[in-house]
Amino acid sequence: MRETIQVILIVFLILSAIGVSVTKNLFMAVIVFMGYSSIMAVIWLLLEAPDLSITQAAVGVGVDSILFFLTLKKIHQIKGTEEG
Amino acid sequence: MGNLGVNFYESASVILFGIGFMNLLLQKNLIKKFIGLNIMDTAVFLFLAAKGFVFGGSAPIIVDGITDASYYVNPVPAGLVLTGIVVAVSVTAFSLALVQRLYQHYGSLNMDVIMRKMKEEEH
Amino acid sequence: MEWRMWLQKIKDWVDGYTVMIDADMYIANRKRREKWDWRSIIDFIYEKDLHKLHNTLCVMCCVAFIGVMLLVVNDLPQYGNVNNPANNEVSVRYVEEGLEETGAVNLVTGMILDYRAFDTFAEANVLFLSVMGVLFLLKTDKKNDDKQQQMVRKKDAEMEAIEQKPIRQIGAKYLTPFILLYGIYIVINGHISPGGGFAGGVIMGGGMIFYATAFGKEKMEQIFTFRSFANISVGSLLTYFVCKSYSFFTGANHVGWEVPKGVAGNILSAGLILPLNICVGLVVACTMYGFYALYTKGDI
Repeated sequence: MRETIQVILIVFLILSAIGVSVTKNLFMAVIVFMGYSSIMAVIWLLLEAPDLSITQAAVGVGVDSILFFLTLKKIHQIKGTEEG
Repeated sequence: MGNLGVNFYESASVILFGIGFMNLLLQKNLIKKFIGLNIMDTAVFLFLAAKGFVFGGSAPIIVDGITDASYYVNPVPAGLVLTGIVVAVSVTAFSLALVQRLYQHYGSLNMDVIMRKMKEEEH
Repeated sequence: MEWRMWLQKIKDWVDGYTVMIDADMYIANRKRREKWDWRSIIDFIYEKDLHKLHNTLCVMCCVAFIGVMLLVVNDLPQYGNVNNPANNEVSVRYVEEGLEETGAVNLVTGMILDYRAFDTFAEANVLFLSVMGVLFLLKTDKKNDDKQQQMVRKKDAEMEAIEQKPIRQIGAKYLTPFILLYGIYIVINGHISPGGGFAGGVIMGGGMIFYATAFGKEKMEQIFTFRSFANISVGSLLTYFVCKSYSFFTGANHVGWEVPKGVAGNILSAGLILPLNICVGLVVACTMYGFYALYTKGDI
């Protein structure tokens, strides 16, 4: 049971990594990367490392995405563009 | 068939590293390149943490005074990764600051356009 | 006759006439070698339309890399086995003697703040240096600024003055104390429960960022200025340095004078780990808020 959950989470991880690469929209890419980070936090918990889980959740969803969004605002692309 | 299916965390981290590296090489946009760099970071962390896991072990926080090594997972990779995650954030912040300066100067984030304009400026 | 000409030439060479003339001729006639610019590869790719070749080569390299690494993973020892070479005598020593030697119940904190404290000191310095780098890159200079940037900044300030954000303000007013309290709890309990300086510092920085997004820079500048930022980070780094160097100068392995460890599991225990945790947490919180402030208004 536990292994099944881990394999499902890992498949989601790889799918979201591919999704970041494929999407044309920068805003979408950052959102998918947030999801990637939160899945990573759950995986740390399953690997018996709660310290890493707390840090990854606060960093990946909080600080990292705020930095990316502020950069997108500065370069006027928060609505998304066609430029790959 | 060897241990490829048993070591599924390691296999996944290798694949994630490859995806991140492909992002770094193929994407034209600088922000996507840095997201790829972050994916590579997390792949390396996942590999390290998976190497330290022990079946049946609990988190390395001592309960009831039991100090038996086989009772807990390996604390060394967790310590290494903990500092690595925070340093990865600072690297991301610094590179995004560089991206903002590049956009102010060249008005674009496409790598090819930036290179062309750089060359035109020199001549 | 020939040999006389040669003799004359040798005489001239000894006197140094021809050498000068030859050197002048060489300098006048030499061809400048063009300096090769690696950026011309991009023009070359565009001229010959080699995009597809370049992309295929990149994908092939990555796939080959993944294949080779999967072969390596195939030969690695089995995941989760107790007898793996990764679980060697170092980790056994940390687990078995860690509680006695450091006094910390959380072995990870005991490891990174006692056995490997200099490593963590360097990590805190990396954070401080990166915020300094962002400061050099993004700090706005009001005297040295072009018109366009000034226009953009003026527009942003006007937008921020008009914008109404009641939900965020009420949320920030009531939630920020709890977020900060949770961060402080994680920092202070770093040695007896999961967490520690890094995790708690990031949470405290996140709480400060949340407050700043809701109430704007004027209100934040009353609480947290550049001066307090510099004082807190530099003071924490210096405190860390003094604590750890004192511990090292009085005997590297805590031989001789020893900080009392206390009862394991209490908050006031584990010697120097609690103050070191607080220092790391303050540095990390200041760094995270510093990134946000520099990205939005170009000043802390």
